Amino acid sequence: MADTTIPEPIPINLVVNGERRALEIVPWTTLLDALRDRLELTGTKKGCDHGQCGACTVLVDGRRVNSCLTLAVMKDGAEITTIEGLARDGTLHPLQQAFIDHDAFQCGYCTPGQICSAAGLLAEGRARDADEIRELMSGNLCRCGAYPNIVAAIEQAMSRS
Amino acid sequence: MNAYVGTATSRVDGRAKVTGAAKYAGEFSANGLVHGFVVEASIPRGRIVRIDTDEALKVAGVLDVLTHANRPPLADKDDAWKDEVAPEGSPFRPLYDDRIKFNGQPIALVLAEEWETAKFAATLVRIDYEQDEFVTDLEAERGSANEMDKPHKPRGDAKAALAATGLRHEADYLLPTEHHNPMELFATTTVWDDGRLTVYDKTQGVQNVQKYLCSVFGKKPDEIRVLSPYVGGAFGSGLRPQYQVVLATMASLALKRSVRVVLTRQQMYGLGYRPMTIERVALGAGPDGTLDAITHEAIAMTSRYEDFSRNDTGWAEQLYKSPNTYFSHKLVDLDVATPCDMRAPGAATGVCALECAMDELAVALKLDPLELRLKCYSDRDQSEDLPYTSKQLRECYARGAEAFGWSRRDPTPRSMRDGKELVGWGMATGVWEALQMPVAVRIVLTANGHAEVSCAASDIGTGTYTIVAQVAADALGLPIENISVRLADSTLPQAPVEGGSWMAASSAHAVLAAAEDIRQELARLAKAMPDSPLADIDTHNVTLANGMIASNGKNAAAVSIADVMRHSNLERIEKEKLNEFAEDKSHARNTHSAVFAEVTVDEELGVIRVTRVVSAVAAGRILNTKTGRSQIMGSVVWGIGMALHEETQMDHRFGRIMNANIAEYHIPVNADIHDINVIFVDEPDERINKLGIKGLGEIGIVGVPAAIANAVYHATGKRIRRFPITLDKLLE
Repeated sequence: MADTTIPEPIPINLVVNGERRALEIVPWTTLLDALRDRLELTGTKKGCDHGQCGACTVLVDGRRVNSCLTLAVMKDGAEITTIEGLARDGTLHPLQQAFIDHDAFQCGYCTPGQICSAAGLLAEGRARDADEIRELMSGNLCRCGAYPNIVAAIEQAMSRS
Repeated sequence: MNAYVGTATSRVDGRAKVTGAAKYAGEFSANGLVHGFVVEASIPRGRIVRIDTDEALKVAGVLDVLTHANRPPLADKDDAWKDEVAPEGSPFRPLYDDRIKFNGQPIALVLAEEWETAKFAATLVRIDYEQDEFVTDLEAERGSANEMDKPHKPRGDAKAALAATGLRHEADYLLPTEHHNPMELFATTTVWDDGRLTVYDKTQGVQNVQKYLCSVFGKKPDEIRVLSPYVGGAFGSGLRPQYQVVLATMASLALKRSVRVVLTRQQMYGLGYRPMTIERVALGAGPDGTLDAITHEAIAMTSRYEDFSRNDTGWAEQLYKSPNTYFSHKLVDLDVATPCDMRAPGAATGVCALECAMDELAVALKLDPLELRLKCYSDRDQSEDLPYTSKQLRECYARGAEAFGWSRRDPTPRSMRDGKELVGWGMATGVWEALQMPVAVRIVLTANGHAEVSCAASDIGTGTYTIVAQVAADALGLPIENISVRLADSTLPQAPVEGGSWMAASSAHAVLAAAEDIRQELARLAKAMPDSPLADIDTHNVTLANGMIASNGKNAAAVSIADVMRHSNLERIEKEKLNEFAEDKSHARNTHSAVFAEVTVDEELGVIRVTRVVSAVAAGRILNTKTGRSQIMGSVVWGIGMALHEETQMDHRFGRIMNANIAEYHIPVNADIHDINVIFVDEPDERINKLGIKGLGEIGIVGVPAAIANAVYHATGKRIRRFPITLDKLLE
């Protein structure tokens, strides 16, 4: 006979896009599911749930992480930035505008993860040219194949930051 | 007026997509939403003896576990399960009975208040099977293939010609099973409202899904509404209704609640796929490079319950001049799910084999591969001996070769190097159909100078929202900001599934037709205004531009559309029009491309990189050069994946896919993609349709895998005919 009991929820606080959110959350809930199902922030996407595609990328305390591989309870007190938190007062983040300018997406499903990942990349300051952007953005899959446009968009945002 | 058509207009849905505001099927919410998790079969063929759901049902928060034994009623005739694009056969019915037809088949749906609870409880469902003998290996079963009943007409006597020819090349090319792997997981959210269901589904055709659900569940058309405002990629995988929409609807009816079912990435390998195909091509030629025989025989896999096949061999028949030809297409029935359309179905595989064979023939003839194509070039469709509405393939070859620098190619394999890496240059031809379908559009023009354009068509990332807005803005003479586009709702005017590259031409002309009705209505009203400057106009000869309606020709006069509507006491003018294209069998309709690829190969490690691709495309008029270029570029990326990365691997001992995820099923990543140069060759076409549009969704992939394979041969002297070309095959 298998154990059919489910774990008890634990209270945590997340600062999501600058706003404090209190949650009662079961330890097996990922940060991704907490954002999408509990906080209704569906801009962060689920593409594999195994850390293979990068669609769920968000910024945790400024660093890019796969939110599907992160349990929400591990991030009690952390500052989370999702795609919904990048624009300020209706003005798009330079990366968001660059993605539109360069047509760096088609279906749009990987796009929030690409943009959050690119924002993390810019903050890291590690990418200096197109080859390094390609390498350091390779954790974010795009099945529509918009890669050259994604690189061009990031170069535009890099040159203006 | 053409302020927008033909320009590099940014996507009108861009802002929604970069801010996270665009909602996909699994992201709609509802009060008391129930979460479903699928349990799938772990044997490829047999019968369920027992499903034990007792433990799963004990988990707090689990509401029910649906199986074939306790599901709500489902239609029991095959016809009820046949959707708009179903192949011949008996369609799969989820949770219908105890039979297992393929590994990964859904056999239970666990329903719970929370998704994690459903997922956990799904691990507690115990299944006993009775397994039957099964086969999943196409190559082993090659001998049992059945000829399809639609054979192409042979020309001359290919067998005799091949025996007598001066030079012949004959080989098998093996194209593996591939899965679409759109980034969005297949998902459905149903919203229950007192017996009526609103269904948000990941699909390429909301009306196809709506009709299918009504017939499967015996519902009236007004009881089920299907929407898919945004689709996170599909590439053919969403043409047929997929099983999660049946399961979610079934659960909604059983529980009388709203339900969401999201498949896992692994479960998506139980949906359709590009079928593995063995392509046998034989070419015979005289010493000057003119072909005297072509034979192309394809053997593809299908399921035991449906015969899925696409045109793999007809491209050779159409493209090249040859007095003797023979084509055949055979299917092998296996214990697998039915294959389905995947980007350029038939052509991506068939043309790959043909264009590799042409390269091998060129090597044998000591002819430049491009020169061989030009020797066999035909201005007429060879299969039906018809002229084309337009065919600028010759120009594609010229422009592509020039941009690539093809004339600097040293023909000798292994002759070109960059440091310690070998460099190879290869080329291939691409071809696809220019199809068009009946589509209806409704336009509502309001007195404030705004227009709403609506249609049931989907935008799966292809840019339909944007091109519909462009065409409407031009036809109505309004700025594009004043156009709002509603798509992908089954209650909107008629549209077929979005596929086959037909939606651009089809939707654009429906917009034109509805706008023409609006224009005539405005002209009639303008003419009737007191003291109208347009009193004498011909209502068929007016233009809408800059918010004005103006007569054409000399002594042009104009009044503002706002004035016309005010004088007529109208707040809105609404017109809906179904556009159908006149049948014209006098011409062939195709798009073409010439693809040139450069690879570098590290001989010690076998690593292959595609450093440059030039794709020169002739596809009629390009509605939007920005989104159009992106479509071709994305298709080239797909071609690179097909050449070097993608393969669904089956363990035939268990009849089970071994790499059902996107870490072990490799798709190209950013670092795999380098310089891609897309050239649109000017191809005016006044015959095909009013705007001269042909569609771009598929043509970009066709030819790319062959161009890369040919470049790998040129770099290394090794001919790999079993795709994908992975480094282990080069090191063998």
